[in-house]
Amino acid sequence: MGKVTRIALAGEGGQGVQSVAQILTEAAELEGKEALYIPNFGIEQRGGVSIAFVQISDQKIPAPKFKTGDIVVALSDRAVRRVQVHVGSETVFVYDASIEGVEEDLPKNARKILAIPALEVANKKLHPRVFNVLIMGAVIGATKVVSLEKAKEAIEKRLGYKFEKSPELQELNFRALEEGIKLVEGMEVE
Amino acid sequence: MVEILPKMPKSWNPESKPHKFCPGCGHGLVLKALGQAIDELGIQDRVVFGCDIGCSLLSWDFFNVDTVQTHHGRTTPVMVGIKRANPNLVVVAYMGDGGGYAIGSQHLVNAATRNEKITCILVNNTNYAMTGGQMAPTTMPGQKTETTPYGRDVEETGYPMLGPEMVAAITREGAYAARGSVAKFAQLKKYIKKALENQMAGRGFSFVEALSTCPTNWRTNAAQTWQFIEETMTKYFPLGEFKVPEGKED
Amino acid sequence: MNDKPITGEKKVFMTGNEVVAWAALAAGAEVMFGYPITPQNEIMHYWTRLAPKYGRKFLQTEDELSAGFTLIGGVLAGKKAFTATAGPGNVLMQEPMSMAEAMRIPTVAVIQQRGGPSTATVIYSQQEVNLTCFGGNGEGLRVVYSTSSHQELFDYTIKAFNTAWKYRFPTFVLADGYQAKMRESLVIYDPFEKMEMVEPEPFVGKPGTPGVDRKPAHLRNAYSVEEELYEALSKDIADYEKAVPELVEHESFNTEESELLVIAHGVVYRSAAMAVKELAEEGRKVGYFRPITLRPFPQEQLKEAARKAKQILVVESAYGQLYRLVRENLYGADIPLKTMFMPGVGITPEEVREKCVALLDGKEA
Ligand SMILES: Cc1ncc(C[n+]2csc(CCOP(=O)(O)OP(=O)(O)O)c2C)c(N)n1
Ligand code: SF4
Ligand SMILES: [Mg+2]
Repeated sequence: MGKVTRIALAGEGGQGVQSVAQILTEAAELEGKEALYIPNFGIEQRGGVSIAFVQISDQKIPAPKFKTGDIVVALSDRAVRRVQVHVGSETVFVYDASIEGVEEDLPKNARKILAIPALEVANKKLHPRVFNVLIMGAVIGATKVVSLEKAKEAIEKRLGYKFEKSPELQELNFRALEEGIKLVEGMEVE
Repeated sequence: MVEILPKMPKSWNPESKPHKFCPGCGHGLVLKALGQAIDELGIQDRVVFGCDIGCSLLSWDFFNVDTVQTHHGRTTPVMVGIKRANPNLVVVAYMGDGGGYAIGSQHLVNAATRNEKITCILVNNTNYAMTGGQMAPTTMPGQKTETTPYGRDVEETGYPMLGPEMVAAITREGAYAARGSVAKFAQLKKYIKKALENQMAGRGFSFVEALSTCPTNWRTNAAQTWQFIEETMTKYFPLGEFKVPEGKED
Repeated sequence: MNDKPITGEKKVFMTGNEVVAWAALAAGAEVMFGYPITPQNEIMHYWTRLAPKYGRKFLQTEDELSAGFTLIGGVLAGKKAFTATAGPGNVLMQEPMSMAEAMRIPTVAVIQQRGGPSTATVIYSQQEVNLTCFGGNGEGLRVVYSTSSHQELFDYTIKAFNTAWKYRFPTFVLADGYQAKMRESLVIYDPFEKMEMVEPEPFVGKPGTPGVDRKPAHLRNAYSVEEELYEALSKDIADYEKAVPELVEHESFNTEESELLVIAHGVVYRSAAMAVKELAEEGRKVGYFRPITLRPFPQEQLKEAARKAKQILVVESAYGQLYRLVRENLYGADIPLKTMFMPGVGITPEEVREKCVALLDGKEA
C-alpha cells in the first residue's frame, strides 16, 4: 500500500480551513495524485470548531476517516483541544503561536510540536484575509504533498474570477503561500 | 325513491358494473358525472384516473381509462407526478374528504399553491366512510359519528372545513374551484367538465368538491338521506363556483 | 440543448452528492422529485443546475411523502425518475416505497444515511439499513445497493435505474453522509456507450383508447379478500426469489486462508478492507466479506466465504443492523460472531485493526 499523507486542519468557522482543504486536494488532483477530503460538517458548522480531514497519496485512498494525522493543524484554542484525539506518536502538531492559554492542552504524545507565527505574519506583512493561504503554505512546506506550482494553479482555479477583478489579490495569495512555506523551513515532516 | 337506470357512460367499464358502492351512495353519481364529462370531452384515451384509499378505492376498475389506486391521502401527489412527466394526459385525482382535507391536506394545499395542472374531485360525505363512519374534517356541527358519539362539538374539534373556499383563497388566476352536489347532478357535471377543460387548457389547478351521500354511515333512509344533503349540508356548504378563470364565468 | 451530459470517459474529483447528480443524468433520468434534508441536499442542488441544460426536470415537493408519491407518478407515466433522502425523510419515504413495492413500480431512491434515531445528526451513520431494506408494511421486496466509494456511487446509481426497470422492484442506492460530502476521484462515463441500458416504459397513458383499442391499465394495491392478496404476493415473491441469483453482489478477500472473517458494508468496508489487507500482508489469517446488495443478501456467497472461518467480526456504524442480516443469512453455521458496533460514528482502519488483532491473539473472547 502506498504511503498516504494524512492531514487534519481545525479552526473556528470562518478561519477558512475547509477552503484550504479543498484547494489542497485540488492541487493534489492537478498533480495527478489521489486525494480524499472529508469535511467535518454538522449543525456545528455555523460557529464551532470545523475540522477538515485530508489524505493525499500516489494511490487510491483506502478509507475516508483516520484517527491520527501525519500533520495536525489547530488555529484556535478550542481547535487545539478538539484535535487532540487525532494526534499520535507520529504526528507533527502545528498551531498558531498567537493562541494563548493552551500550554496545558498541547498534545503530550506528538512527534513534534511547531508554533508558527502565521497570524502575525498575515497581519503585519500581508493581509488578515490570506491567513488561511499562509496555513496552506505551511502544510505544503512541512509535508511536500504538492508542489508550489500546483498549489498556485489550484488557487488560480478557485479564485481566478476574483483575481480578474483585482490582480493584486493574486500576488497577495501567492506571497502568502510562499511565506507559509518559509514559516516551516527546516521543519519538514519526513 | 325509484332508481332510474341511467344509460351507462361510454367511458365506464361495463365489466365492473353493477358497481360496488352501497345502495344510495353518492360516489356512483359523482363518477357518473365524471364519466359523462369524459365522454362529452372525448378524452377517454387521455385520462388517467387516480383513486384514493377510502370508499373511492372501489373505483379502481370503474372506468375504461387507465387507473391507479394510490394510498390514503396521496392521490394528489401521484397525479402531480404523472401530469408533470406527461403533460398530454388529463389526470383526475379522486378522493374523500378525509383523504383530501385531513391526511392529504398538505398535498392539496401545495398542489393548489403550485397551480398544478391537475383536476381534483373530492367527495364530501361528512365522514370517514370506508373505516366505518368516524368524524371527518367535514363532519357537521352536532353530527354523530363513531368518534363523536354525542355529536361533533365544535369547541373541541373545530368547524367543518370549507375546501373550495380555501382553494379559491390560496390560488391565483387560472385556477378553478367549485362545489357541486349529487343532489344537483346537472350542475355537478358542469363543474366537473369545466374543471377538466381548465386542466386541458393548461390554465391551472382545478378543484371540485362534491357533496355526497353515505346512507350506510349516516344510518338514514332515502328521504332522510336527501334531506340531510339538500338541507343540512347545503346550508353549511354553499354550492357554486368560488374561483373561475377570466372569461369562463357562466 | 445538449443531450449527452458525458461523452467518453472523464476523471473527475467531486463530492458524492455531485456524483449522484451526474450519474442520474448520465443514466438518462428525466426527472427528480425531492424535499430538502441534509446530507442529501446537494444532489438536488447539482441536479437543478445541470438538469435544465439537458431538458431534465425537477420538482421540490411539500414533504417526502409527496416526493415519493410524485416519483411514483413520474414512473407510472414512463419516465426514469428518482428521489434522494435521508434520516427522518427516509422514514416518510417508506410509505410511497411500500406502494412501489406492492405495485412493482421501478422507483430509484438514493439514501444518504445520517445519524438516528429522530433528528440525531446530519453527519453520518449506517443506521438506515433496516429501514431501507425492510421499511414499509411488507416483505422487503426491494433491491438495496450499499456503495463505498464515489466510483461505486456513480456505477450503482446508473445500475439502480437498470435494475429497477428490468426487475420492477423499487431500488435503492444506500450511501451515507461521508460519501455524500467527501471529495475523491472517480471516472465518469456515458453508460449508453458501455452497457445495455434498460429503457423505461409507461404504465399509463399508452396509445389508444382503453376498452376500445387496448385493455385499460387498472393498477391496484388493495384487495378485498385474503386469497387475492396472497396470490398477488406469491407471484411477486416468486419473481423476487427468481431474480436473487442475478441481483446479489458481494466482494471478498482471503477467505480461503482466514480464520477471522471480517464483515462490513458501505464506507466501513473500506476501513475493514484496509485493516484486513495490512494484517494479511503481515501473515495473519484474516479475510473479509462485503455484501454489496443488502437486499437481496448474498447468502450463498457469505456461507461459502465463512466456511473456513473460526470466528467472524461484524463491523458497522450501527447497533447491529448489518449483524442481524449476517446472523439470519448464516443460520446453521456454528461460528462465533463478534461485533464492533459504533452507531452513528465513523470507523477508522486503525480501530478495526486493533479489534482484529485482539481477536486473533485471543485477547478478546
Ligand atoms: C395512512 C393510513 N391511515 C389510515 C388508513 C385507514 N383509512 C382507510 S380509508 C380511511 C378514511 C376514508 O375516509 P374518506 O377519505 O373521507 O373517504 P370515504 O371513505 O369517506 O369516501 C382511513 C382512515 C389508511 N388506509 N392509511
Ligand atoms: S359506506 Fe358510504 S360512502 Fe362508502 S360506499 Fe357505502 S354509502 Fe358510499
Ligand atoms: Mg368521507
